[in-house]
Amino acid sequence: MLIEIREEAFDVFGALERYQSDFEHKGKFGATASFIGTMRDFNEGDNVKSMTLEYYPGMTEKHLQKICDEAYQRWSIIDLLLLHRVGKVNIGEPIVLVSIWTAHRGDAFDACRFVMEDLKSKAPFWKKEELSDGERWVESNTSGYSEK
Amino acid sequence: MSIKVKFFARMRDEAGIDSGEVEYVDSLSLEAIWTQLVKESSYPESVMVAVNMEYISGEPTLKDGDEIAFFPPVTGG
Repeated sequence: MLIEIREEAFDVFGALERYQSDFEHKGKFGATASFIGTMRDFNEGDNVKSMTLEYYPGMTEKHLQKICDEAYQRWSIIDLLLLHRVGKVNIGEPIVLVSIWTAHRGDAFDACRFVMEDLKSKAPFWKKEELSDGERWVESNTSGYSEK
Repeated sequence: MSIKVKFFARMRDEAGIDSGEVEYVDSLSLEAIWTQLVKESSYPESVMVAVNMEYISGEPTLKDGDEIAFFPPVTGG
């Protein structure tokens, strides 16, 4: 399991490839579910130029570890990779990557969704958007389940 | 006894400071801790609170050296 806060833009597919190339689990996993969150150029009807992500050093890492430990308890996870950006994020850059390797797809899909939803609702990160006429804090995350 | 207080994101903007220290006495409320450090704005309604980097609900019992943090609802991911 690897959990990292990244202060610079990262290449999600390169990170995935590098992480998986070091695996000791070849032949053990049959499913990998990945979620990538990416910086949009719009929010709540406004054009967004860029965003700054703040976090609580110490608590954020601790909370991410707690979420991932809970996922390991609930599903049969072989490995997990979680990367999350902080600092200034530009349009099109990845914000978060969650990848989960399991024997079968059900556990991979469910655990990946669980980690993302818990992260969105509880992990201490805060977004401030830079608009053409100023900046604003994002007040709340949307529910991951309401748009089904 | 003294406790460390941190403010993050919008709560830091509201407080006008990013951290401080308060002398803690038994049963000092969260609102009273906020008011000791923040003169410009009253205790916010939608605040989230962590003690020693763990979420709490309700009023905490604190000890010397504890770290308390005030922040708004989270928006990561």
